[in-house]
Amino acid sequence: MAVAEGSVGVVTPQKIVIDASLLLACGQQLNGFELMIETYGELNAARSNAVLICHALSGDHHAAGFHSADDRKPGWWDSAIGPGKPIDTSKFFVVCLNNLGGCRGSTGPTTVNPETGALWGPDFPIVTVRDWVASQALLADRLGIDAWAAVIGGSLGGMQVMQWTIDCPTRVRHALVIAAAPRISAQNIAFNEIARQAILSDPEFHGGRYIEAQARPERGLKLARMLGHITYLSDTAMRARFGRILRDGDGQYNFNYDVEFEVESYLRHQGNSFVDRFDGNTYLLMTKALDYFDPAREFGDDLAAAFRQATAKFLVISFSVDWRFSPARSREIVNALIAAGRDVSYARIDSQLGHDDFLMPIPQYHAVLRHYLDRVATEVGS
Amino acid sequence: MSALRPDLALISGWIAPGSRILDLGCGDGALLAHLAQTRQVHGYGLEIDDDNVAACVAAGINVIQADVDDGLTEFADSSFDYVVMTQALQALVRPDLVLAEMLRVGREVIVTFPNFGHWRVRKALIGGHMPQTPALPAQWFDTENIHLCTLADFDALCRASRWQVLERALLDRRHRTGTSIRIAPNLFCEIALYKLRRPG
Repeated sequence: MAVAEGSVGVVTPQKIVIDASLLLACGQQLNGFELMIETYGELNAARSNAVLICHALSGDHHAAGFHSADDRKPGWWDSAIGPGKPIDTSKFFVVCLNNLGGCRGSTGPTTVNPETGALWGPDFPIVTVRDWVASQALLADRLGIDAWAAVIGGSLGGMQVMQWTIDCPTRVRHALVIAAAPRISAQNIAFNEIARQAILSDPEFHGGRYIEAQARPERGLKLARMLGHITYLSDTAMRARFGRILRDGDGQYNFNYDVEFEVESYLRHQGNSFVDRFDGNTYLLMTKALDYFDPAREFGDDLAAAFRQATAKFLVISFSVDWRFSPARSREIVNALIAAGRDVSYARIDSQLGHDDFLMPIPQYHAVLRHYLDRVATEVGS
Repeated sequence: MSALRPDLALISGWIAPGSRILDLGCGDGALLAHLAQTRQVHGYGLEIDDDNVAACVAAGINVIQADVDDGLTEFADSSFDYVVMTQALQALVRPDLVLAEMLRVGREVIVTFPNFGHWRVRKALIGGHMPQTPALPAQWFDTENIHLCTLADFDALCRASRWQVLERALLDRRHRTGTSIRIAPNLFCEIALYKLRRPG
């Protein structure tokens, strides 16, 4: 099959076995673990052109390209990653992984605990953004990458980027923090709590041992995802896309609870397609990682003090109509970086959708990414 | 690349090496790039325009996309050695408030503006028209300049606000000084550069 221009083409995920033990923030220790990764592009001789992509709440290692010749759906950030794209795989060696605790092949609730021989399920420890960074650092060791040319992520991925610069300052040259926040608000935690309650209260949850019970908390997971999708779009975007349009063309109300408005159809579709690919226990712990993220906490609630650890240069990007991780939250990050005397540029992108915009090929957004990363490529000699 | 505008070169002479700088309305970042090279400053630019932001990023200049008219409330008191604004004062909604904010955030402020007291401006007004001059070429209806002032007006604002004028350079539109400007500054100066400090 001819590879479409700008696509990395067909890619094959790899499973990386990490033998080192990892002490987690919760106090538990993992004696080795596995991470599913994908890589695009070539690592240069100096091993200086590696870029790490950190995924968001429901993401995974499949960021770009296709898994087979007849695969129709590309990776989740295919719009930005590929030859000639802003994250240019003809210049960079791009690494993306499924985070620890994920459900797409990395060690997590759906894999077997080697110490018990049973599925981890609900016993998989709640991991934090810090734990993820530590696990990603072990991955970097394994790949022979001393320092990333750039670590890039949107939303929860952007939080991992910030944590990298604080915990492993010498291993990150450039940090690209997109549609993120220095910590999430009470409102955001509230959304996460409702999502968790939807899963936990599903009769099919079975205390998290649903796989053994040959059940799945599908209704809860679906509700959690439907709620999430409301927060990923702005009011204006929802109005423009769905308005009050009824699915039946006759314009009459049906006086029942079947799908009637277009927006209901959209949310149900999002929910249904999510339960096919995602795990309830993973969703629970991912939302908890979001809630716990607060790098300033260890520095007397002074984010600037946290960023004084960092030596990376930063690019921070927000989207005008994103209300889940609003531009004001990105400005908090920027202000703390300026107060810490760090190099930072900040672009506020005029956008249409909301939080979801960070995955969209908005021309100004991609122009800024491209300009920034072109300089990084020159700097690292790729 | 064209050579640095002479007014920007003059400004760089007013800036101590190694200082922290905030440049309001930094455009494509030419001044900050020059200051980073010649004065080893650590600087950030504030800029609202998408293309300028992209240009700064491409040039490796720290740029923060924000509207100066929204204020500098995000910046702490005395967090910069210098806050600079070139040729943007007259386009602000409230230049006096922005200047006060600049003096709060910066230990010193450097500001440049076109002098509306220039004889060409006065001549146009005497002839019954809004001025269109080489230094102010826009028409009255499409100009971005909504708060123009003369040298005398600016001096009066500094006096009334008790801002200290540390330095001043008065230039024609080719950024030269000259005898006529020295003799009658408010008639012959086209571009004014001021260095200010808040009341001591």
